[in-house]
Amino acid sequence: MSNSVTPNQAMAGSNALEIPNVSKRRMVTDHVMTALSVSAMFLVLAPLLAIFGYLVYKGVGSISWDFLTQTPKPVGEPGGGMANAIEGSAVILGLASLLGIPVGIGAGIYLAEYGRGGYLGFIVRFVSDVLNGVPSIVIGIVAYSLVVLKQKHFSALAGGVALAIMMIPTITRTTEEMLLLVPSQIREAAFGLGVPQWRTTLSITLRTALPGVITGVMLAFARVAGETAPLLFTAFGNQFWNFNLNQPTAALPLQIFAYAISPFDEWHKQAWAGALVLIVMIVVAVSAVRLAVSRGNLRGAH
Amino acid sequence: MGVSIQVKNLNAWFGKKQALFDITMTAAANHCTALIGPSGCGKSTFVRCINRMHETIPDAKATGSVKIGEVDAYNGTSAPQLRRRVGMVFQKPNPFPTMSVYDNVAAGLKLNRFRSNAKQMDEIVERSLKNAALWDEVKDDLKKKSGASLSGGQQQRLCIARALAVEPEVVLMDEPCSALDPISTGKIEDLIFQLKQNYTILIVTHNMQQAARVAEYTGFFLLGKLIEFEKTTKIFTTPSDKRTEDYITGRFG
Ligand SMILES: Nc1ncnc2c1ncn2[C@@H]1O[C@H](COP(=O)(O)OP(=O)(O)OP(=O)(O)O)[C@@H](O)[C@H]1O
Ligand SMILES: [Mg+2]
Repeated sequence: MSNSVTPNQAMAGSNALEIPNVSKRRMVTDHVMTALSVSAMFLVLAPLLAIFGYLVYKGVGSISWDFLTQTPKPVGEPGGGMANAIEGSAVILGLASLLGIPVGIGAGIYLAEYGRGGYLGFIVRFVSDVLNGVPSIVIGIVAYSLVVLKQKHFSALAGGVALAIMMIPTITRTTEEMLLLVPSQIREAAFGLGVPQWRTTLSITLRTALPGVITGVMLAFARVAGETAPLLFTAFGNQFWNFNLNQPTAALPLQIFAYAISPFDEWHKQAWAGALVLIVMIVVAVSAVRLAVSRGNLRGAH
Repeated sequence: MGVSIQVKNLNAWFGKKQALFDITMTAAANHCTALIGPSGCGKSTFVRCINRMHETIPDAKATGSVKIGEVDAYNGTSAPQLRRRVGMVFQKPNPFPTMSVYDNVAAGLKLNRFRSNAKQMDEIVERSLKNAALWDEVKDDLKKKSGASLSGGQQQRLCIARALAVEPEVVLMDEPCSALDPISTGKIEDLIFQLKQNYTILIVTHNMQQAARVAEYTGFFLLGKLIEFEKTTKIFTTPSDKRTEDYITGRFG
């Protein structure tokens, strides 16, 4: 990089009186800023890589075919796995996404396209910001009283509801922000063609903002995927397979929690393996969605 | 075929501030009518009242009557229905950024649930792009290239093609060339000449040579009022109002 002639240097050659000083200072500032932002990037990356590396180191040894296909064995018996917890997590997260994503995106659309500056919009915005800060265990209690007490038993459904409630505020606010970034000229172009407002919102505005909206959805998803507290008294956990939404269901975070606080070495190892599987599941889900979205992009589109 | 635009006693407000005062004029069918006037005099507001875009602004209001041919714009028609008859081209080119060139042109039809098979749609897209003098420049990459990746002048012609695809009766253009270089401007002016055969055109422009080149009739706006509306040749040679004369001779504005 230092070998190439920058425009500043080229100018300095032809105009050698005053500009060199200025350009030198600018170049130093430029290099310092670049160095600062690169080191910031490493600071962000370091903990992530450290965690991931440590997880692989501790967990990869216990991942086996059995671990991925079998249910837990009783205490003392070797082997067994977390297959039912992996399945349970997938079901609960799928349910949470099914409930949370439409509500979150819908509320975001309301805020950006209809409720701008309105009283109701203000309330929705405020409530969603507060909801974002509510501790996850409190959300668990809410789902407990809303679903578990009504049904009189723990269930995957209750777990899904708890996680959905946690997803909504993040999705709502990012959807709103992303829709607001779409220039009003784009909306006017659609109105000008005689496209009704609802259709403009769905097919033009939301479509234009989609990459950002999906980022918000992925953030919300990744955030709740590892939540344990709200599942403790909703999904509850289960030692066996369960495919019924109305029954207590195993989930990876629950299983990891239970195994990690147990006194058995074998279980500790399995907890590490479970954590690794959980992270890999999140990475795979997020990458798959990213890939699917970028597939549809056009040459030259932003 | 184009139809005339008849405006009677049009008043428009932004909140409490009145932006248009009692405008009455008729843009003749299959002709081009230009609107000139200093910045902020209400030209855009006027144009946006014709396709009811004005009412999309919170607190904005308009009274009076606007007729597109035989259709009363404010009575018995919904705004979307009206806007399908009235194409609009904006000051800044605004293609849909996530759509291909093809989809941009087809957007108006697809989003309005116009039923057609692929072949019909191909024909409409090709015809619209040809009418907008853009076909030769984009035909090889129609479905793969994003509308946003075209040059500014191409984007503006794409927007014209998009407006033409829904077969409007009149086309409103609000300073369509103000973001373009002279060559692209020339292309769009040529285009306006051809479009006159099939459409009625109302164009806002700050460029008086442009008004003189493309329009048969010209209206001069000042502070929300239509000061003078005349044959273009007359308004630029022997304007009857002193204020018009001052403006076109560059004495103010
Ligand atoms: N969204 C708005 N809210 C409030 N007032 C507005 C709005 N848009 C325009 N106005 C006001 O209405 C008047 C007319 O504006 P308009 O945009 O029609 O002018 P114009 O003739 O198109 O000007 P230009 O040549 O600069 O485009 C101006 O005084 C302007 O301040
Ligand atoms: Mg204007």
